[in-house]
Amino acid sequence: MKKEKRIFGKVLMVLSLLFFYVPILYMIVFSFNSGRSLTNFEGFSLRWYEHMLQNRDMMESLYTTITIALLATVVSTILGTISAIGLSKSRKFLQKIILQLNDFPIMNPEIVTAIGFMLLFITFHVEKGYMTMLLAHIAFCTPYVILSVMPKIRSLDPNLADAAMDLGATPWQALIKVLVPQIMPGIVSGALIAFTMSFDDFIISYFVTGGGVKNLSIMVYTMSKRINPSINAISTLVVVLITVVLVIINVVPMIKERREKKHEKIIG
Amino acid sequence: MKRFSQLAIPYVVWVILMILLPMLLILFYAFTTQGNEIINFTFTFDHFIRFFTDHDFLLILWRSLVIAFKTTVICVLLGYPIAYFIARSSDRVRNILVLAITLPTWINMLVRTYSWIGLLSEGGILQNLFGLQDTELLYTEGAVLLGMVYNFIPFMILQINTSLCKMDSSLLEASADLGANKLQTFLRVTFPLSLSGVISGIALVFLPAVSSFFIPKLLGGGQFFLIGNVIENQFITVGEWNFGSAISMIMAVIMMLCMYLIRRVDEHNNGGRQKKA
Repeated sequence: MKKEKRIFGKVLMVLSLLFFYVPILYMIVFSFNSGRSLTNFEGFSLRWYEHMLQNRDMMESLYTTITIALLATVVSTILGTISAIGLSKSRKFLQKIILQLNDFPIMNPEIVTAIGFMLLFITFHVEKGYMTMLLAHIAFCTPYVILSVMPKIRSLDPNLADAAMDLGATPWQALIKVLVPQIMPGIVSGALIAFTMSFDDFIISYFVTGGGVKNLSIMVYTMSKRINPSINAISTLVVVLITVVLVIINVVPMIKERREKKHEKIIG
Repeated sequence: MKRFSQLAIPYVVWVILMILLPMLLILFYAFTTQGNEIINFTFTFDHFIRFFTDHDFLLILWRSLVIAFKTTVICVLLGYPIAYFIARSSDRVRNILVLAITLPTWINMLVRTYSWIGLLSEGGILQNLFGLQDTELLYTEGAVLLGMVYNFIPFMILQINTSLCKMDSSLLEASADLGANKLQTFLRVTFPLSLSGVISGIALVFLPAVSSFFIPKLLGGGQFFLIGNVIENQFITVGEWNFGSAISMIMAVIMMLCMYLIRRVDEHNNGGRQKKA
């Protein structure tokens, strides 16, 4: 009975992992297909990658995706961290209202947030394009940074900054040398969420872009209407890039931890 | 110390401009007449009347709710056993499995949806594997449903798994000691205690499923219109922002109602349990 159950569980797990990964692997395999077909694998070739590299639109969308993700991450991380610190010292009433509003882009259906931005830019005659996409990305990433930094600040001793200043630190020094290092894990995870959110975003980018500015997701969306295997190539690139980022996220802390433990051993 | 509170000022301004104002604009556009000049406008309910008197729009709304409901049911029925198995595994296996389920959620949803096109298309692997050469798979309601389950089920699994892992295992022992068999223990102890996870999973699956628009577009081939597609159409193709805003408002209100009902069920459930205890 127990054994049967275990086998059932194992079969279920294998099936569900196949369900999750087969489509992605299938797409990756077919990005190396020498033929046009999405169903018959005719032989290995890098033809579609060449095709992708020669396609100016695709390369531009890659550039747009990466630069927007990096810029949005930097700005939203700084803005989010500063704001979270500020809010934690603000009056409770203001803090509550702002945090409520901060939850809006997270709770709302993405399409509603997206048309909100679109209407904002249209109403005030802001020309849609790279800048509007960047602004929108900063706007939907910052709430996540605040959400991940806030608990770290709350767990700090509220007198920490005062103590630093009593010991002669300027407010700026207290902020940078005392507060920020203490909440660093929250800042880092906030930045990572921001980066992956921005890198993967489709819906919001799709509604706020204009003038032919596209990110990779928009590219895939507009090209998927007809069969074009270079979408497989560019999609594979997206998958590989985000997996590399995730591996770095998961592996770097492990290496760091190991190194720290080593240090501890050496010192201790 | 007080001076740190000034650091919040930029964000207060930012929130008003980039979060509050866009939401107010949706409201404003939904209740005003055509024309995109904010100087000349008149208030109207026409957009709402137009939506609720048009048979086609109501049908699309109904279809979106039904498919989201189906998606949710499938996600619970498939996700629960998977989550249960993960929660019962050893720590090491559990960590690996949780990572394996989480990883796809970090990969671009659009790309993941697109990846099904090759598998489902005519003469593709799935048709041959299951002997369905004569059945069309891609561009059907089934394909859209599949795409939604594929995209959203990880959220369900992870939520249920978390609630199962939080459960105190001594409760199971107590239940067994008191003479309950495995099925009884599951039905009367495990399942009720994991219900909060199921409910937050339902919210995480149902809400994005109602509003999704690229899944029906990619896998339904434009023949299977959902409410999200209507909104997309109004904004991107037709350019009727006022009507589009009204539809989004209707959708947002319906979603809030659903959330409220789901929460009520959850509260009711918790309340009942506390009373019994």
